[in-house]
Amino acid sequence: MNRSGPSRAKAKIEVQNLNAWFRGVHALRGVTLSVPVNTVVAIIGPSGCGKSTFVRCINRMHELVPGARQSGHILVDGQDLHARGVDPVDLRRRVGMVFQRANPFPTMSIVDNVVAGLRLNGIGGDHFELAEKSLRQAALWDEVKDRLHHSALSLSGGQQQRLCIARALSVGPEVLLMDEPASALDPIATAKIEELIRELREQLTIIIVTHNMQQAARVSDSTAFFYMGELIEHGPTEQIFTNPREARTEDYVTGKFG
Amino acid sequence: MNSRLRRRIVNAAMTALCALGLVVALVPLASVLWLVISKGLRGLDLSFFTALPTPVGEPGGGVGNAILGSLYIVGIASAIGVPLGVGAGVYLAERGGGRAGDVIRFTAEVLSGVPSIIVGIVAYGLVVLPMRRFSALAGGVALAVLMVPTLARSTEELVRLVPVALREASLALGVREWRTSLRVVLRTALGGIVTAVLLAVARAAGETAPLLFTSLNNQYWNWRADQPTASLTVQIFNYAVSPYEDWHDKAWSASLVLLLLIGVLSLAARLLARNRFGGAR
Repeated sequence: MNRSGPSRAKAKIEVQNLNAWFRGVHALRGVTLSVPVNTVVAIIGPSGCGKSTFVRCINRMHELVPGARQSGHILVDGQDLHARGVDPVDLRRRVGMVFQRANPFPTMSIVDNVVAGLRLNGIGGDHFELAEKSLRQAALWDEVKDRLHHSALSLSGGQQQRLCIARALSVGPEVLLMDEPASALDPIATAKIEELIRELREQLTIIIVTHNMQQAARVSDSTAFFYMGELIEHGPTEQIFTNPREARTEDYVTGKFG
Repeated sequence: MNSRLRRRIVNAAMTALCALGLVVALVPLASVLWLVISKGLRGLDLSFFTALPTPVGEPGGGVGNAILGSLYIVGIASAIGVPLGVGAGVYLAERGGGRAGDVIRFTAEVLSGVPSIIVGIVAYGLVVLPMRRFSALAGGVALAVLMVPTLARSTEELVRLVPVALREASLALGVREWRTSLRVVLRTALGGIVTAVLLAVARAAGETAPLLFTSLNNQYWNWRADQPTASLTVQIFNYAVSPYEDWHDKAWSASLVLLLLIGVLSLAARLLARNRFGGAR
């Protein structure tokens, strides 16, 4: 049974005919894509193909960019993101995000960074247990448990990125969007993040944008290839890399362009 | 070999020029400090800080009421000007992309170019005339008007320096925009803003012209915001333009006190900024 086949299992995220623009650039053109629950989808494609815009539409961060516009539908658990009464703030707690560059809050300690989602929302109290749980989930606990009150900036780049993952996990998301989470990291730190992604799949649905095709092959169940704002092909990762249907996909994964 | 020698000579010459520039910049500062200290230190004793001024010819006396008055007026000015200036700056940085932002920015620029004596006249018209008396409040309003535009612009710059990535990190955690502005963006810029506030306060404390016909002067202690109030700068001015030798000496001593006051203020806020707001750096 192939769990990664598009639109086979119960869909966590359903994207229908999504178009997005910013500052007059038509960044996404009619993208339709379905992500089953508890799978990892890798988004690959050359720079400027709309990968980042795509994930930023799913937590409604795209609309914060001045001049941004979009059409089409995105459904999470069958509910349209832009339906009346859907608060983007609530949505972003269900759909977490990890960015390309680790962006811990520089004024906060390690432990405060982890529970920043609660703290910044004015939820007081001691969140130590939650911080420990999130740091363990992000496989960072053992490395930081003795210096939880040090500055987050005292960590290495890879540790900072795992701290950001812990921070995203602490608000209890169901979906995690990762926008090239390892592109600024060394191979060892990258391996740790990838291992983490495989573990997190048990609890979450993950969409990961990556430039690194080996990475896509290692961590994802299915892979979607974007080119010039269009979704060219989405299928099981193995098939995309060994036997793609589209000639453009084959050219890209075999390194003929991009 | 030749070019290497030339490079060395040019390098030495440029280094010397830089050092010369530093000296030229430091000479006026050092000479002002030296002049004020050498002329002001003589008349300085404890009672100078605590006593009321004495009539001409009478020895002793101090500028205690003027020190208090300066702190009082600058305190009023800060209470009005800092929230307005910082608030305007945050608005400009976070929401100032449109037409309203341009208007505010232009107004702030024009306002910061207005001579301080004109600001004093405005405060005279706005506060002194309706109240029918000179007051600490009027002086505070005048200084606040001077503080707002510079504070707004520097706050805007500092808030803009906060990386977009931090904003996005907060928003992506499901934190509302206003909380993000306040608790992430403003908090991250706070160290710099404290320094900017400090500079504005120090500048305001050194102003004389806007106080001449707003808070005027007072020979006695005053705690009321609606009464004329002494200030160090106006007191220095009065002493300095008088024809009496012992008042000239007092002007020097009062100048030294003003410098000390500003110095202590800067130092305190700087330490505060480092320990309390500098955060984990």
